[in-house]
Amino acid sequence: MAAIELNAVSVRHPTTAANGPHPLRELNLSIAAGEQVAVIGASGAGKTTFLHLLACALRPDTGDFKLFGSDPWVLSETARHALRTRLFLAPQVPPLPPRQRVVTAVLAGRVPQWSLWQAIVSLIKPRDAEAAYHALARFDLQDKLYMRVDRLSGGERQRCGMARLVLSDAELLLVDEPLSALDPTLSRQTLTALLQEATSRQATLICSLHHVAFARAYFPRIIGLREGIVMFDMPREQVTDAMVEALYQNERQRDALGLDPPLALEPRGF
Amino acid sequence: MRFFSATTERYADPAWHGRVTGSLLAVLVLWALLVASEFKPWALLDARSMAATGHFLRGFLPPAHSPEFLAMLLQATWQTVAMATAGLTLALLGAIPLTLVITRRLSVSAIGTGRMSRLSALVRQCVRWLLVLLRSVPELVWALLLVRIVGLGVTAGVLAIALTYCGMLGKVYAEILESSDIHATETLLQNGNGRLAAFFYGALPESAQELLSYTMYRWECAIRGSVVMGFVGAGGLGQRMDESIKMLAGDEVASMLIVFVLLVAVSDSMSKLLRRHWS
Amino acid sequence: MKVAMYKTSLPPPPAVRTSTIILLLGWAAFIAASFASLPLAWSDIFSAEAVRSSREFLQGFAPPDMSPEFLARIAIATQETLAMSALGTIIAAILGIMLALPASGRYGIALRSVTRATLNSLRSVPELIWASMLLIAAGLGPFAGTLALAVHTTGVLGRLFADAIENGQRLPETTLSINGSKPVAAFLYATLPQTLPQLMSYTLYRWENNIRAAAILGIVGAGGLGQMLKYHLSLFQMPQAASVILAMLLLVAIVDAISYAWRRSMTGT
Repeated sequence: MAAIELNAVSVRHPTTAANGPHPLRELNLSIAAGEQVAVIGASGAGKTTFLHLLACALRPDTGDFKLFGSDPWVLSETARHALRTRLFLAPQVPPLPPRQRVVTAVLAGRVPQWSLWQAIVSLIKPRDAEAAYHALARFDLQDKLYMRVDRLSGGERQRCGMARLVLSDAELLLVDEPLSALDPTLSRQTLTALLQEATSRQATLICSLHHVAFARAYFPRIIGLREGIVMFDMPREQVTDAMVEALYQNERQRDALGLDPPLALEPRGF
Repeated sequence: MRFFSATTERYADPAWHGRVTGSLLAVLVLWALLVASEFKPWALLDARSMAATGHFLRGFLPPAHSPEFLAMLLQATWQTVAMATAGLTLALLGAIPLTLVITRRLSVSAIGTGRMSRLSALVRQCVRWLLVLLRSVPELVWALLLVRIVGLGVTAGVLAIALTYCGMLGKVYAEILESSDIHATETLLQNGNGRLAAFFYGALPESAQELLSYTMYRWECAIRGSVVMGFVGAGGLGQRMDESIKMLAGDEVASMLIVFVLLVAVSDSMSKLLRRHWS
Repeated sequence: MKVAMYKTSLPPPPAVRTSTIILLLGWAAFIAASFASLPLAWSDIFSAEAVRSSREFLQGFAPPDMSPEFLARIAIATQETLAMSALGTIIAAILGIMLALPASGRYGIALRSVTRATLNSLRSVPELIWASMLLIAAGLGPFAGTLALAVHTTGVLGRLFADAIENGQRLPETTLSINGSKPVAAFLYATLPQTLPQLMSYTLYRWENNIRAAAILGIVGAGGLGQMLKYHLSLFQMPQAASVILAMLLLVAIVDAISYAWRRSMTGT
C-alpha cells in the first residue's frame, strides 16, 4: 500500500481568493512506505507548500489525496488529528521556544504519544532525559542538554529540530530544508544521521533540499518542482544536469542579470 | 521516591532540586495565605447561605422593569453622573491654582539661576505633599469620613471626588506641563511676564490636548467611583444597589447592574469621542 | 510682470469651529445642570456650624492610638489584607490562563467572542460591588473579599493574557499541533514559555493594585483594614480610626516604593 497518493491535486493557500493562483497544481504522485525522496526546486517553487499538504496542514483544492490509504479530509477532526501523530513535519525555521531548555524542546517530539498528564509532568521533570541525550548525541549536541535554546547558534538549533524528529515515533517524516544553516561537513553528518534514522525505522522520508548535490548523492528518488508543477519525478540515476538546470533556469538567469527574485505567487493587495 | 531523585547521575537535571525546593516553599506560602485570609470554600455550601444565594440569583430573571422602578433608576443614574461631574469640576477648580504653584517650570525665582529660592521651594514641596495626601487616602475612605461630617447623601460624594481627584489632577497636570516643550514658557518668563501669563500663553496651548484628554479619562473614572461611593451612603445608583443587595432583591440588582455596565460603556465612548475630536 | 500686492489690512481671524463652540456650551450646560440638580446644601458645608463640627471631628483623630495591643491588631488586619490580595490574584491568574485559551481563538471564533464577553463583564463590575454581592454567599469576612478580587481580576488578567497569547509567535505551537499534539499540550510546550515573563509582569502589576483594593473592600464587610476602619468609625472611636487610616497610607506607600525599586532593577540599572 502506498503511503501517499496524489491524483490531480492542486492546493491554494487559505487566505487566497477563490479564483487566485495555485501554489501547487496538477500533482500526480505515489510514494511507497519506506521510500526516501528528495524534493528540489528554486525558492518559491512550492516545496514548503508541498510538505504542508502532505502533513494535512493544507487542504487540497481539487483532486484526490490519500494518506496511509485513506483520504484524511473526509475523516472527522478527531480522526484526522489522530492521523497526524503518525507523521512529523520539521519546518525550516526550528520551532523551538527561545526560553525553553533543549531537553524539553527536544522531548516535545514525544508529546503526541503522551497523555496530557504525562506531558505536564515532563515539563516539570523531563520524562526521558536519557533518550533526549542520545538523540542529541547523534547530532553531536549532547552537552547542550540542559542549556536554553536561545544560547544555541542557528545551526545548532536546526540540529535540535532533527533530534526532536529522532525522538518522535512517526512513520512519515517531512523535513523542510534541514541544512540551510549548516556547513558542508555538518550537512553531511546531519543528512547521514537523518537517513539512518529513517532506514532503521522503515519510515517514509520526504526531504526538501536546496543543495542539489546532496539530494542527488543521498536520496534514491528526486522530485523536481518548478512554479508549483512537478517537472520530473524519477530515480536519481535518471536525473540529468540539464533537467536540474531547467528547474533553476530563471533563478540563475536573474542572478546573472542582477534582477529581483521571482514574485511570490500570492496576489498582492493594493 | 524515584520521582524525587534527579534521574540517573549521568543525565541529572540541574534544575530539579531548585524546582523541588521552590515548590515546597510555594506550598508553605500558599498555606499561610489560605489561613491568613480565612479561606473557607465550604462556607459557600452552608445551608443558609445557599438558600440566600439561591433566592438572590433566582430574582435575576427577569430583571426588574416596572415603570416606577425604571424612573427611579434613571433618576439615581443621573444623580451619579451629576455627582461625578460636579465633583470633577470642583477638583479642577482646586487643581489649577495648585498646579501653577508646583510646576517648577513656572518658577519665577528660578529664572537665570536655575535654582529656586528657599521659600518657593518649600512652598512647592508643601503643596506637593498636600496633593499626595489628597490622593493617597482612598476615595472611599474620604467618602466614609465625609458622610460622618456632612451627613448621608450626594454632598459627601461630591466632596470626596473633589478632594481625591484634586490630588490626582494636580499631580498629572504638573507632569504634563513639565514634560512639554519648554521654550515658549521659558521665554515668556525671562521677558518679565508673570506666572499666569506664562501659563496661558506658553504652557497651556502646548499641552491643552493632553490635559483635556487626561481630564476626560478621569471623568470616566469618577463615574465609576461615584457608584462605588454610594455603598457608604453617598447617594446615587450605588446607594440604591447597596439597599437592593441587602434586601436580596435579585431583580432590582440585575437591572442596576445592566444599567451600570451601560453607563460605563456610554461614558467610555463619549470620552473617547471627545478626546478624538480634540486631537 | 505682475508684482504681488501686499494687503494693507489684517487678514480675517480664523473662524472658530462651530462644533467646538457647541461642545463647550454643551459641557457648560451639563456642568451647570449637574450642580443644579444635586441637593447640595452649600450653606450646610460652609456655615460656621459645619466648620466647627468638622473641626471637632478632625480633632478627634489626634492623637492616633499607638498602643502596642492596637498596633498588633492593625498588624493582623494588614496581614489579612495582604493575604486577601495575594490569594485573590493567584486564583485570578490561574482562572485567567484557563479562560485566556478559548479567548485567544484556539477553539474557534464563537467561543472566543463568548469568553471575551464574559471576561469583559467580570471586569466591568468593580471589586466593591462584587464583594457586596458575594457577602450573601460567603458571609462577612475576608473570604468574600478574596473571592471578589479573584472574580474581578480574572476578567482583567484573562483579557490581558489572551491578548499576549494571541500576539505570540505561532510557529512552535502550530508545528506541534501539525505533528499531532493536543491543543493544551501544544500551548504548554510552545507558547507558554514565550509569554510567561509578560504574564508574570501583568500578574504582579495587578497584585499591587489589588492590595489597594483589598484595603478598602473591608468597608462593606470583607475583612482586612477596611473592616477595622468601618468598625471603629461606626463606634466613633476616632483615634483608632486614625491609626487604621495611617496604616493604610503606609501600606500603599511601602508597596509603591517596593514596586518602584523592583521595576528599576528589572529594567537593569
